Amino acid sequence: MSDAETYVTADGRTIGPPIMEMRDITLKFGGVTAISNISFDIREGEIRAIIGPNGAGKSSMLNVINGFYHPQEGEIWFRGKKRKPMKPYQIAQQGIARTFQNIALFKGMSTLDNIMTGRFTHMKTNIFWQALWKGPAEREEVENREIVEKVIDFLEIQAIRKTPVGALPYGLQKRVELGRALAAQPKLLLLDEPMAGMNVEEKEDMSRFILDVNDEFGTTIALIEHDMGVVMDISDRVVVLDYGKKIGDGTPDEVINNQDVIDAYLGVSHD
Amino acid sequence: MFYREAGDYKKTYAEDNQTFPLKLDRYGYYVILAVAFGIVPLVINDYWASAVLIPFLIWSIAALGLNILVGYCGQLSLGTGGFMAVGAYSSYKLMTSFPDLNIFFIVLISGVITAAVGVVFGLPSLRIKGFYLAVATLAAQFFLVWLFNKVEWFYNYSASGQISAPTRTVAGFEVTGATASPEAKYLFCLVLAVLLAWFARNLTRGRIGRSWMAIRDMDIAAEIIGVNPLKTKLMAFAVSSFLIGVSGSLFFAVYLGAVEVGEAFGIQKSFLVLFMIIIGGLGSILGSFIGAAFLVLMPVLLKNIMVGQLGFPIDIAAHFELLIIGFLIMLTLVLEPHGIAQLWRVTKQKLRLWPFPH
Repeated sequence: MSDAETYVTADGRTIGPPIMEMRDITLKFGGVTAISNISFDIREGEIRAIIGPNGAGKSSMLNVINGFYHPQEGEIWFRGKKRKPMKPYQIAQQGIARTFQNIALFKGMSTLDNIMTGRFTHMKTNIFWQALWKGPAEREEVENREIVEKVIDFLEIQAIRKTPVGALPYGLQKRVELGRALAAQPKLLLLDEPMAGMNVEEKEDMSRFILDVNDEFGTTIALIEHDMGVVMDISDRVVVLDYGKKIGDGTPDEVINNQDVIDAYLGVSHD
Repeated sequence: MFYREAGDYKKTYAEDNQTFPLKLDRYGYYVILAVAFGIVPLVINDYWASAVLIPFLIWSIAALGLNILVGYCGQLSLGTGGFMAVGAYSSYKLMTSFPDLNIFFIVLISGVITAAVGVVFGLPSLRIKGFYLAVATLAAQFFLVWLFNKVEWFYNYSASGQISAPTRTVAGFEVTGATASPEAKYLFCLVLAVLLAWFARNLTRGRIGRSWMAIRDMDIAAEIIGVNPLKTKLMAFAVSSFLIGVSGSLFFAVYLGAVEVGEAFGIQKSFLVLFMIIIGGLGSILGSFIGAAFLVLMPVLLKNIMVGQLGFPIDIAAHFELLIIGFLIMLTLVLEPHGIAQLWRVTKQKLRLWPFPH
């Protein structure tokens, strides 16, 4: 690990300077401190994993990045600028997309419509053109449909394009949700336990998609995952949280040999 | 077998996005339009116009409006009657203040005024959801009816407290007032209903419609995608109230001619429209029409059968009518909770394979 502005990984991907920096973030709910004084950065083009035992503050951290929670202390820097407190939809407009731990698809809509909804921030025609349809609205719809179809091809879900997502099996729903986030062409993609509840085969598929997204589109990815094997295999750098504190940060090899991390995961004898 | 997409190829995304992707559907729709515009006006009489067709069209517009709010955007509203009253009283004030303004524009401006009122009463939707929102919109219903009763300016200080529509024409034909012909009234409502249904369909299939459905299905995920919840909900309130305002305006100016607010736009009207969209199908344009047809035509049909054919006394028939309609509503909801539009969708799916089960 070098602190140089850009470097090239062993598999030939270029990792740029930090796209997002969390500086001394503290988040409290009443008397409970969910996150205390955590700093870390996410570099452009890398896969950054956030791991930790249950209740470590991983999801809270994603919610801070997303704007669902506003930290009491600390600064968030995104693409070289300090971010003001924003609403989640404004943060989405800045180019941050995410998926959820428990699937948050639009159950009443088809796969296609779900992924088309992901294009929302890129579509601009106003209500009058929308009502008339012919002209700008239809043109915009078709342009965005082409991008969505590329995502559908990429995720190999052509066959379920018109299926209502409520009728899909769990693994496919996870894939559609990834597709919805990808359709936004985000600069930073947050994945909250993308492999939770999957079998080995589905996990392998999902890992492959995550690596391909990163490799082909150069999308920066931050993910929370419990499967250590997966995390160690696919991520460039890992940050480890425990009880709202950061206890480790570095490459998978560095982290796995960190005594604090081993203690947090395996327990430590108090004598 | 009868109803299939085989051979109906789509070569562009625009074709794939059509409202009626199948040829059979498309031609069916053209035939219905041709009959509605070309044949019905030739054979229509006063009874059919005032008992069946005009109320059907007007309630369809109201159901479309409420369906956008409840069915597409998931915001439960019981203020429909009040918003219809806003449309009616706006058009009355406009008709009497600007006698030269074309009735077509009066109806549309009444819709715009109702949209503005709807946005104001939609503001609580950012904070409250579901039944609680329904109660908040119930406040709109009672407040608006009270307002139009209490403030005499709204009914031009007339002694009876009623408003009545003066005669107005479109292209030389009278569409409001006592002497308007049934053909003109019917065509006027039909043009508006078809136009507004087309707008509603376009809105619900594009960017805005998807943002409404996103808010309905999972508001947190919608926000993460970049949908501004307040703006989206208020837009749904505006569009919905616009349609309801237009229907209220037509209900007063074209259909009834004279109204008294508590009687014409009471809470029972709000429930009536809500039942229409629940029975017809939430989140379906076709469902709005089916629901309106069900609740407008069924009483007429039952009355004709019981009084006309079976010779029941009118009061007994009225009681039976309520019983039978209540029973039919329950039957529909038990058999198909997603409304008659869903039943139609399932039937089409079955027809594709008929007579084979798979």
